[in-house]
Parts: sequence; structure tokens; C-alpha cells
Amino acid sequence: MRRELNIMIGGEAGQGLVTVGELLTKALVRSGYHVHVTQSYMSRIRGGHNTYTVRTGTGKVQGPRTGLDILVALNRETISLHEKELNSHSMVLKDKRFDHSMAGAVDIPFKELAGAALYENVVGLGVLSAFLGLKKEIPEGCIRSAFEGKKPEAVDKNLEVLDRAYEFALELRITGYELALATEGPGLMLSGNDGIVLGAMSAGVSFCSYYPMTPSTGIAMALNSSGPDMNIVVEQAEDEIAAINMALGASYAGARSMVATSGGGFALMCEGVSLAGMTETPIVIVVGQRPGPATGLPTRTEQADLNLVLYSGHGEFPRAVLAPADPQQCFFLARKAFDLAEKSQGPVFILTDQYLADSYRKVSLPDPEGLAPPAAPQENRNSEEEYQRYAITPSGISPRLIPTMGPYLVVVDSDEHTPDGHITEDHQVRRSMVEKRMRKASLLQKEAIPPEYIGPEQPHDLLVCWGSTRGPALEAREILGIEKTAVLHFSQVWPLALEDFHDYMHGSFRVVFVESNASGQFADLVCKMIRPERLVFVLRYDGLPLDGEYIAEKTRQAVIREGQGLSSGST
Amino acid sequence: MVTLDDYGQFETAWCPGCGNHSILKSVKDALVQMGLEPHQCIFVSGIGQAAKAPHYMRTNVFNGLHGRALPAATGIKLANPEAVVIVQSGDGCNYGEGGNHFLAALRRNINITLLAHDNQIYGLTKGQASPTTARGHKTKAQPAGNPSEAFNPIGVAVAMRAGFVARGFAGMPEHLTELIVRAVKHPGFSLVDILQPCVTFNKVNTFAWYKERCHVLQDHDPEQWDQAMALSREWEKKIPLGVIYRADKPTFEQSLPHPSSRPLFRNRPDPDRLRKIMAGYV
Repeated sequence: MRRELNIMIGGEAGQGLVTVGELLTKALVRSGYHVHVTQSYMSRIRGGHNTYTVRTGTGKVQGPRTGLDILVALNRETISLHEKELNSHSMVLKDKRFDHSMAGAVDIPFKELAGAALYENVVGLGVLSAFLGLKKEIPEGCIRSAFEGKKPEAVDKNLEVLDRAYEFALELRITGYELALATEGPGLMLSGNDGIVLGAMSAGVSFCSYYPMTPSTGIAMALNSSGPDMNIVVEQAEDEIAAINMALGASYAGARSMVATSGGGFALMCEGVSLAGMTETPIVIVVGQRPGPATGLPTRTEQADLNLVLYSGHGEFPRAVLAPADPQQCFFLARKAFDLAEKSQGPVFILTDQYLADSYRKVSLPDPEGLAPPAAPQENRNSEEEYQRYAITPSGISPRLIPTMGPYLVVVDSDEHTPDGHITEDHQVRRSMVEKRMRKASLLQKEAIPPEYIGPEQPHDLLVCWGSTRGPALEAREILGIEKTAVLHFSQVWPLALEDFHDYMHGSFRVVFVESNASGQFADLVCKMIRPERLVFVLRYDGLPLDGEYIAEKTRQAVIREGQGLSSGST
Repeated sequence: MVTLDDYGQFETAWCPGCGNHSILKSVKDALVQMGLEPHQCIFVSGIGQAAKAPHYMRTNVFNGLHGRALPAATGIKLANPEAVVIVQSGDGCNYGEGGNHFLAALRRNINITLLAHDNQIYGLTKGQASPTTARGHKTKAQPAGNPSEAFNPIGVAVAMRAGFVARGFAGMPEHLTELIVRAVKHPGFSLVDILQPCVTFNKVNTFAWYKERCHVLQDHDPEQWDQAMALSREWEKKIPLGVIYRADKPTFEQSLPHPSSRPLFRNRPDPDRLRKIMAGYV
């Protein structure tokens, strides 16, 4: 009986390893187990080497880990590339055609069990389900829900292959890989992108324009497929510049509007961010980070676009940047993003990365009925006076009306403008408009989510992280010792309130900034407000996600930097 | 009854004699003729002298970024299919900075109208060549003569079989008003390229230059694509005005998977439907 297992499925693009990985993950989630998925794929449609890793267990699994319990090799290369991650207790499920003799290898006659190459991945699902001790009805149900709608003719054939593979595995009588009985019920199987999609839909998103870009394309695709049901207009724009300008036009006209992209696409949107700031138009911008500069590693992960997002758009205007840790936070922060965008009438960012975007977890969400609707524009007005879109107010927030919904006129301008929205070069008006826009920052400041502190009062090491790094940092804390290590996680990276974390910065012997980038961009931001005495960095920028062991090891080795510039050292 | 007064009179930042004055008048006349009230229309513009036009009228205005009027207008129309959406911007904005959006708008066939003030020069930045400046035309920025071929918006639009392709002239305001009315009424994307003398920076394409060449098309059947293609290439000696090409095609809005004329502002997430979608993730 195992409380936790780390399973990797490896093969070429086009072999269907994501399908089998997703079906297995679904079967585990339906059985009540926690999951943590890491997808590693190359920027190609066929060939190459891709992996889908599911870490599963009876308790919460927070991040990826090194070391495999089960390796499913759909091709020979998978074995040679991942042999070093195996130990004496690991099992390798390999095709019996691969003449690779090794300890722990179990030959599976993929071809014979499948009948046709198309079904070889389902063999993997059947064999794994049997070894893990999942009831056969569960993977069967997953196959039904995956194919019944899309390809009903494929259901029976897949079930037949699953059954054959499951029975074959049982007859091998291999034990030691069954999961302990799950103590929880099933949940939703959500990736970071899925969390954002459901959160946005629950907040009433009605418009999304996009230009396809990994790892954010899935967001628009999911909104697209729910479009007819939820009356969401999703438009594939000619480029990212068009995407953000369309989304702003739609928002002006009353839609709850969003865009989803990654670094390079977002770079093209930057002038539009500034337009949102100037015209005071609400918009939610999802940036799923991947390694740059330029095209970088298109399908891998990094947290190196924090500075780009923080400082994007020329001129000065307030913004908020949310950085969810996991798919559940993606849901709630997407909702919050729409609320904040409307309240502050400007751009609000959701900053994720490829690791989180593609990482499935078991999640429980509240029923949509009970969720409070986010802030909304005004319906109409009962005033004889001419409406002023940019009326000067103490809070800086002017009542927002939607054009053509009433007899008033809504005039917005990218030029500096008078309270009624018309172009002006009057310096006095300019001054009052700048001040009005900047006053909105205090609303965002008030609504800012404080960081979460987990650990003892006076730890030796405080691991400071943001966004998707929360789970791996918590695992590192377990490895380093929970009595002497704490984690401080920021799910909102802008605006920051110093009083929320001031004491922590001086409450530990060392402060360790854990980030998926080379220069410690978040540390840089924090250090502008307060500089901890003994500062240490754990940075990763090889395109792979941080994991607990990596963080723990680097934390142990880390040398305190005193009086050095932030960008001067490496890990 | 809608009257010209409803659209107001404003002081402009344009040079005396600029073609923009008469275009603005034609736009207002067209709106009054159609009985459209100021709050029913949304004017979208970019940056340039032409892009200031909506500020000189009482109506809803989204004055966005240089080159980006068309995508903003597309988003507005998709969010509110009931609104009358009119884009007003110049040749630099629409055909230069926003060239990709112009091509995409022709392909989409969304029901908006593009009034392109085409003065064949950059006015706001003081006299550089625009995408429609003739090859060889000498400017301060192109002292040896503009080395690039002029963009032919009518030719491109007809080649793409855009639903409504017309050319007007600021010096023939009544004809222009009529074209604008027809363009706005056309169900689908409509382009009116409006020849507009720039009295300050374009000393070649003057009022007299245009007057000598412009002629209103008689007996032209705009549904004949071959003829329209041939007309779109006429320029040096004779410049045809009027509807060059017209075709009935389904609009972009009608082609959506769930066409609706209801503004998205009225949208509320349906918890039952969302619950069903969420169940798909189990």
C-alpha cells in the first residue's frame, strides 16, 4: 500500500500520452486521490520527447518531485532519458518489443493488447489502473466521458482494450504499487488554465479576444467551447495588438472582457495596457509566462515577466497583479480580477506560468449559485446634467455608464481629456486628471491580498515565493524541517503593503527568495520597500519548474549575499 | 425629429480650407437623414487629424490608439450589435499603422462603416509620406521622392470582394453624404475612402487636382466584380467616385456560433449552465 506515487508517462508527440495521462489523472481524481501533474513537452506536433508526470496520493501533493515510482515508456528513448530517476523499488512498464534489460522492468505486449496502434495508450491506462488498485469501473467511466460526446464509435473499442489490459495486469500479480484507500471524495480535475476559465465564467466574462500562444491558448479554447452555453463571444484576432484593442472596445461597450497571452504576445499588447489606463477601461489580462527573451523555450516555464507586467504601458496609471499559486486560487483570483478591473476601471493582471497553466490538481469549488457577482457598471442615471465619463471624484472613480444604453453620451479618449471625455491640452485639466487616475491606486491598495505565512515564529530560513512556487516551497519546508523553516507566499505581487510583510523580513535568520528566473525580480521589488539583512536566492531558469528537493538543496548551499547588487550573482 | 443641432457645432483644430470640415458636415447630414440620434451611434477613431472628427460632434466616442480604431470598433460591435458603429480615421491610421487590421476587417465583414479620410499625406506629424502618397511625390521626409508604391485601398477591398466599397470626395459633399448613408445602411463591412485635400502639407493633390479628375460613376453596376476591379485601378487621369463594388454576404455577427443581437452588457452567468460545465471537469 502506498500513500504516494510518482508516475511518469513518456513518449513522442503524437503517441497520445497526454490522452492517457489525462484519463489516468481523471481516474485518480474520481477515486478521491490528490494529484499534481507536470507536463513537459517540446514545441512540435510529432516526434521529440514529451512527458506527463502524475504525482498522486491520499494527502495533498504540492509540487513536482524528482524520483519516479513508475515509468511508463511508450518509446525506447523514455527509458534511457529517465533511467537515472529510478530507484531499486521503481517499476518500468515498457513495450516488450524494447530489448532493454533492467531491474524493475515489466514487459507489456502493447501491440497485442491494443490490437491497433491507436489504442496503445489505453493499454497503459488499463495496466496502470490495475497496478494502482483502481476499480475498473472508474477508468471505464473516464473513457465514456472522454469519448461519448466526441467520438461515440470509439467508446466500445477503447473499453475492450482497457478491459484486456486491466485483466492482463491483474494476472501478473505484481503488488506493492496499490494506493492506500482514499480518505476523500472525488473533486474537479483542473489545470491552472481551467481554474481561470471557470473563475472568469462565474464572474460573467462575456468577451475574450486572443491570438494563439502557448501556454495560454487553452483559456480561449475553453471559453470558445462554452461560448454558446454562456453567451461568450470569443474572437481569434489578427494579432495581439488587435486582441487587446478589441477587448477594450468590447469592455467600453459593456462586455466583461479579457485577453490571454504569454510574454511575446503581451509585449505587443503593451500600448493597449496604457490605453486601458488612460481611458479607464476595465480589462483582465492573463499572462502565462514562459522562458524568454524573444521566443525562448516556447513550451517550458519561467517567472521572468514580472517586471514586464509591472511596468508595461507608457505613462503612469494604477494596476493590480495577481499571481495564483494553484488551480483553486486561479478560480478565485480570476473572479477577483474581474471585480477589481471594474472597481478600479483599469487593467488587472493574472500572472501564471506554463507549469501552473498545464498542471492538473484535484480541486473543490463552491456552487456557482452562491457566488457574489463582481462589481458592474451603472445601469442608467437619473440626472438632467450632461454625463461626464471622467467626472472628478474624491476616490478617482467616475461613474461608468455604457454607451447606447440610455440617452446620455459616453466619450472616451486616449488623449488627455476633459471630464466629458474630449481631447484637451489644458495643463490644469491634465494635472487634475493625472491626480484623479492615480487616486484609484488607494482602492487597489485597500483590496490587496496580504501574503500567506506558513511556519514557526522565528524560523532559520524564510522561503519567500510568489505565484506557482507556493507548493514546491511548502515541500522544501518539509524537507528542510518545518520547525526551522517558514514560507511566505504572495498571491498578489502588486500593489504590496509593507505592513503586511515588514516583520517577516526581519523575523528569520535568513530570507530566501525562491523564484523561477535569473535575477530575482520579485526580490528586487520587495527590496525597494525593505531590504532583509541576510538575503539568499534560490533561482531556477532552465525552463523546468521548481520542486521541493531542488529548493531545499539550493537553500542549504546558498551563501548569504551582503551588500551585493541583486543581479550580480547566480544560484 | 433629429436635426443638425442635435449633433452640435464645435470649434476645430483643423486648418481653414481643410477637407475635414466638409467631411464632418457630410457625416452629420447623413446621420440626420437616417434619423439616427446621437446616443445611438458610436464613433471610433484612432490618431491623426481625421481621428479628431468625432470630438466635433455630439455622439458616443471611443478615440483609441493610432492604427487601432478598427479592432476597437470590432470589439464594440461584437459587444453591442444594436449600436451603429462608424470608424473615422485617416490614411496613415487605417492603411499604415493599422494595415493588418484593415485586411482583417475586410475579411471579417462585420457590420461597421469605415470612413477613411484619405489626404495622401501625414498631416498631424507635418508632411511625411503616407501609405497612399504617390510614388515619386517629394516630401520633407522623402526629398528624393516617395520611393514606395501607393497603397490602393479600393483595389485591395474589391480584390477581397468586400461587401461595400465606395469612394467619395470632400469637394462633393452632397454625393459624399449619400455614400455615407448607403454605407451605414449596408449590412456588413463598408468602406468609404474619402479623398480629402490637405491644404498645408500636400501641394500635389490639391482641390483643383482632385476636381479635375473626380467623376461620379454613371451606369456602373457595382455587382460586376471585373468592372469594379478595372475601376479600382483608374487614378492618374480619371478618378471614379461612387459605389465601386457591392455584394451581399453573411455578416461576421451572423456567422458566430451563437448569433445574438442582445448587448453583452445584459449578459448574466447562468448558474445552472455553469454547474453543468463544471460537472464536465469531474
